[in-house]
Amino acid sequence: MKQESLLSVINLRTRFHIYEGMVTAVDGINLDVYRGETLGVVGESGCGKSVTALSILRLLATPPAEIQGMILFEDVNLLELNLDEIRRIRGNAISMIFQEPMTSLNPVLTIGEQISEAIRLHQGVDRQEAWSKAVEMLQMVQIPSPEMRAHEYPHQLSGGMRQRAMIAMALSCHPRLLLADEPTTALDVTIQAQIVDLMERLKEEFDTSIVLITHNLGLIAEMAKRVLVMYMGKVVEEAPVEDLFQEPLHPYTQGLLESIPWIGKKLKTGRRQLQEIPGIVPSLLEMPEGCRFHPRCSRVMSICSKEEPPLVQKDGRWVLCWLWK
Amino acid sequence: MTETTQPQAWRTQRSADSQLKRNWAKLRRNKAALFGGILILIYFITALLAPVIFPGSPSAPNLMRSLERPSFANPLGTDELGRTILGRIIYGSRVSLLIAIGVVFVGLLVGLPLGLISGYYGGKVDFGIQRVTDTMLAFPGFLLALALVAVLGVGLKNTIISVGISMVPIYIRLVRGCTLSVREQTYVEAARAVGTRDRIILLRHILPNVMAPVTIQTSLGMGTAILFAAGLGFLGLGVQPPTPEWGAMLGSGRAYLFNSPHVATFPGIAIFLAVLGFNLAGDGLRDVLDPRFRL
Repeated sequence: MKQESLLSVINLRTRFHIYEGMVTAVDGINLDVYRGETLGVVGESGCGKSVTALSILRLLATPPAEIQGMILFEDVNLLELNLDEIRRIRGNAISMIFQEPMTSLNPVLTIGEQISEAIRLHQGVDRQEAWSKAVEMLQMVQIPSPEMRAHEYPHQLSGGMRQRAMIAMALSCHPRLLLADEPTTALDVTIQAQIVDLMERLKEEFDTSIVLITHNLGLIAEMAKRVLVMYMGKVVEEAPVEDLFQEPLHPYTQGLLESIPWIGKKLKTGRRQLQEIPGIVPSLLEMPEGCRFHPRCSRVMSICSKEEPPLVQKDGRWVLCWLWK
Repeated sequence: MTETTQPQAWRTQRSADSQLKRNWAKLRRNKAALFGGILILIYFITALLAPVIFPGSPSAPNLMRSLERPSFANPLGTDELGRTILGRIIYGSRVSLLIAIGVVFVGLLVGLPLGLISGYYGGKVDFGIQRVTDTMLAFPGFLLALALVAVLGVGLKNTIISVGISMVPIYIRLVRGCTLSVREQTYVEAARAVGTRDRIILLRHILPNVMAPVTIQTSLGMGTAILFAAGLGFLGLGVQPPTPEWGAMLGSGRAYLFNSPHVATFPGIAIFLAVLGFNLAGDGLRDVLDPRFRL
């Protein structure tokens, strides 16, 4: 079954000119988001997840950033749009939720003002109508007594409420695509669960596709249908979520999954510590030769340090590793 | 629904109030700031009610009574033309207040937008604005004002313009610095992510967040403006006689410093108290508005 692709990112390469030279944060990634699905993107800090999202909305300042490739959204290349055209897409067709609900709302504006600003921008309605729509959105994200909360300032809301308000703002124009950049990372676990439920429900309601960026594998298992695993700016594995958790192909994915502590899970013999992936992520300025993961890989082969691994298709999944060649 | 909204409305109102109350309590605990505030208040009242407090002209000479020492009839004595010094100080407060407000207005009018643009857009625009600012800051502030007076000429309007322009670089630097830090906040990125235009981001999202330091600088700037204007007046390059101006009074009193010291002393005290008031109030505002001290 061939699904209709909403967003196709083709060979996206985002580089930053910095004092020490050129840093490639995202190095030629490809991804597709289909209508109505949730695509998970996982990886360690600094692997290029957020930069990918920011590149899609062209929110990076250029320079220092330099974005190459193609970002096709409904068959329009976002990288070729002028500033006005991309502005009309931001918040309207594609919107974004940020990691920090504490800092992603302006402290001097009320919640209602901030949400209705987005509505007025894209829907051409007057102030009053935008306000009532904003209140409606607050109701939808289950904020109690929304009429009154709309008049409050961000500091009067708890973290979970602020993230709800953020979601209300992001979804206020019924975007076709929502980029959620670590939407639950700053929240505690019970609130996380509520936010996940909320996003699932709103996704159904508005028929929005979601790109869920996170390092929380539990969240991925809960929400995503397909998963991309990123490492140092490259997609190293792409698989349906069940397959990924059942049988991770890439040694990095295997390492990630083994690092999750399970209550009652036997640790490897003789070890009384959590599993980890040895070593640290190398600096983007000193990219290892060959496969970028080889210095930390438990199944490293001689070819790994010499040549870049090929993208291998295996049972309908993709993996970037010599092991499966 | 209406029953539940009532207490909510009350609560919102109360928490906004309590923020104000907390700031007010903090300001009141700060004795120096309170003293500064009282000085400014006296100064404003004097300026506004000058004709009520001192009926009659402050500039009408009465040579029969020149250089009289302080007495019951003339509490601060008279100057070389027999004009009562108290009256001239009272009316002088109007002139210096006008200058202080005018100067800060000019400084903000030019400095605020340039600082915002410089900080927000960065790059070449920022480079250009900052090099001009550097050049202006290379001159001591008073010297710059003096040079501008030399170009523009003397008088009230030109005093305001030249002292105002000499303060512009201070505002540009301050606003630019604050803009740079606010620009990087996630809420600015979030505003861009919903498609907000740069102009609206600047006016609605960045400007209100840089207002706290600007308010403090405005209070301190008014003190400096009074001092600069008095300096120009002292040199005879500010507001021209017979308009009562503190600096000019000080300047003309200098000639009689040994025989009639009161002529120069009282305007000097007036300048001192006004500047002190603005500086203490500015410090107090900083303590209240500085987020680092906020609980």
